[in-house]
Amino acid sequence: MDEKVVHERDARAYEAVHDAADFKELKRRYRNFVVPWTIAFMAWYLAYVACNNWARDFMSHKIGGSHINVALVFGLGQFVSTFFIAALYGRFANRKLDPLAHGLNAKYKRERRR
Amino acid sequence: MNALLVPLATEPGNRTLTISLFTAVVAVTLYITWWASRQNKTAADYYAGGRSFSGAQNGLAISGDYMSAASFLGISGSIALYGYDGFLYSIGFLVAWLVALLLVAELLRNSGRFTMADQLAFRMKQRPVRTAAATSTIVVSIFYLLAQMVGAGSLVGLLLGVKSDGVKAAVIVLVGALMIVYVTIGGMKGTTWVQIVKAVLLMAGTVLITFLVLVKFHFNLSDLLGTAAEKSGKGEAFLQPGLLYGKDLTGQIDFLSLGLALVLGTAGLPHILIRFYTVPDSRSARRSVQWAIGLIGAFYLMTLALGFGAAALLDTGKGSAVEVSKGNVASPLLAESVGGGADSTGGAILLALIAAVAFATILAVVAGLTLTSASSFAHDLYANVIAKQKPTEQQELRVARFAAIGIGAVSIALAIPAQKLNIAFLVALAFAVAASANLPALLYNLFWKRFNTAGATWSIYGGLISAVVLVIFSPVVSGNGDKSMITGADFQWFPLSNPGIVSIPLGFLFGVLGTYLGKDRTSEARYNELSVRAMTGAGAEGPAKH
Repeated sequence: MDEKVVHERDARAYEAVHDAADFKELKRRYRNFVVPWTIAFMAWYLAYVACNNWARDFMSHKIGGSHINVALVFGLGQFVSTFFIAALYGRFANRKLDPLAHGLNAKYKRERRR
Repeated sequence: MNALLVPLATEPGNRTLTISLFTAVVAVTLYITWWASRQNKTAADYYAGGRSFSGAQNGLAISGDYMSAASFLGISGSIALYGYDGFLYSIGFLVAWLVALLLVAELLRNSGRFTMADQLAFRMKQRPVRTAAATSTIVVSIFYLLAQMVGAGSLVGLLLGVKSDGVKAAVIVLVGALMIVYVTIGGMKGTTWVQIVKAVLLMAGTVLITFLVLVKFHFNLSDLLGTAAEKSGKGEAFLQPGLLYGKDLTGQIDFLSLGLALVLGTAGLPHILIRFYTVPDSRSARRSVQWAIGLIGAFYLMTLALGFGAAALLDTGKGSAVEVSKGNVASPLLAESVGGGADSTGGAILLALIAAVAFATILAVVAGLTLTSASSFAHDLYANVIAKQKPTEQQELRVARFAAIGIGAVSIALAIPAQKLNIAFLVALAFAVAASANLPALLYNLFWKRFNTAGATWSIYGGLISAVVLVIFSPVVSGNGDKSMITGADFQWFPLSNPGIVSIPLGFLFGVLGTYLGKDRTSEARYNELSVRAMTGAGAEGPAKH
């Protein structure tokens, strides 16, 4: 088969996958997870940066008579949230995205053979 | 005053120990390179390590690539001197990985082949887009490389207790020669294993020192912080924001600008992006970022113990070794101290160990950067722009190897005269360029159908040029007395040292402007194909079969 024929066959297979209901569902699930969580972690991070600049009294507040203050806890909170969102996304992608993606990938292979 | 300068490893016995460990690091990495070279056959082997690394291995390699000597010695040193504010860099560095995980890693793995440009060239005109992406790849990598090489010279000098510029220049040449060998012979496979070994050494060394510090304070964090604050002479202010950043409104905006560049830059750093091609599928790309987040996060948490430990246990006052070295020797000296002190065998061994880890760190990072620029030169510029007809795979790989030698030689030649300059800002600039030039193009290409060739070139060149121009006219380069790179000149008009807050929005804006003014809609034709491929992995490059 020459290159052009192969390319047209692939393009048809891609279009077939693109039009599948599962693909729209995959995009919808991905978007509904990624958009709110990206906004959330960016806002949480920028709030931390802003508090370092403009809320120093609040940040310097000590917690329970120790040398540990709000600034340090807020900073450690960024670590906790990053670990948490990374784990949550992994779980979500394994359960909700991968099965759909695998099915569509198989559909692509079937379409190419037609 | 020289007598005051860093009396590290000046004992002949200690220096022998340090040099033997350095030699061991070099021997192990050269062995790995030779072993890897025997398995490099195809372009996928050379550029992407055969796409056969597991998620965990690639996660380690990413951490090895990302945690430069600047973050290993620099962040703990910065905490030792400035307390809490020294810790702020690492938070931006870590949170940034969520951008890579959620928006970039898997989609790029599925839709690209060897370089950042592949993914853009998928639905755009090859030549202009590849030229733009290769330009920004090489510029970012050389900035980063230069910072590492100049750092390597002074660092190794510091660790061996030598001050002469001749020795520093010799170290730069040696590091440059080693990285050329790793990259030309070992390719991505060799480089990845060097980074894995480095990451394991770095984590092991850091865990050990952290444990020894915490033992001294009976695992009481508050006690450690209290002692550090007291010994620093700054009291509670040492634990609060404000010692280093944001002294006035300009400083505060500057800090915000730095924060933005750090958090958005990582997912646009070419040497990080091409690491996602070394795994077999998008699922392993995801796993590798999760591993990287775990390792990098754990490492930065430990730098808290190292930094505050150094402030609590070492002399960090004016004229002390830690202060004179701008914090860079805080970790090695802390290792010596918790090992039993300056005159003990334990102290000498730990000092030499940490010095060797720092050396391995430099080697792994410079190798990754050189490989990135050489790949982009050969695969983007040579194969798709310069060559009149499509070169064979073997021709392209030969060009990649020569490019690695060329880039190595150029960075050696630039790094030696730059020794006297304060080039610490280059890493921050590399992040700013990555966030302003690369990230907008990558995101638009994946998520915006209308985006076209003109939009891609406008956003890359626009982001790149605005970041670099703003830095040239910032106080980092002139007009700030001794702190500027060029003393005795003043052409500064941009008040911030970090351009991100202006150049990142500009990069995104240029992308939109270019797209609408360029009018071309042919790139929409393959958008559906790109989007299916990115989301499902259909037709993505698989692992190499041997």
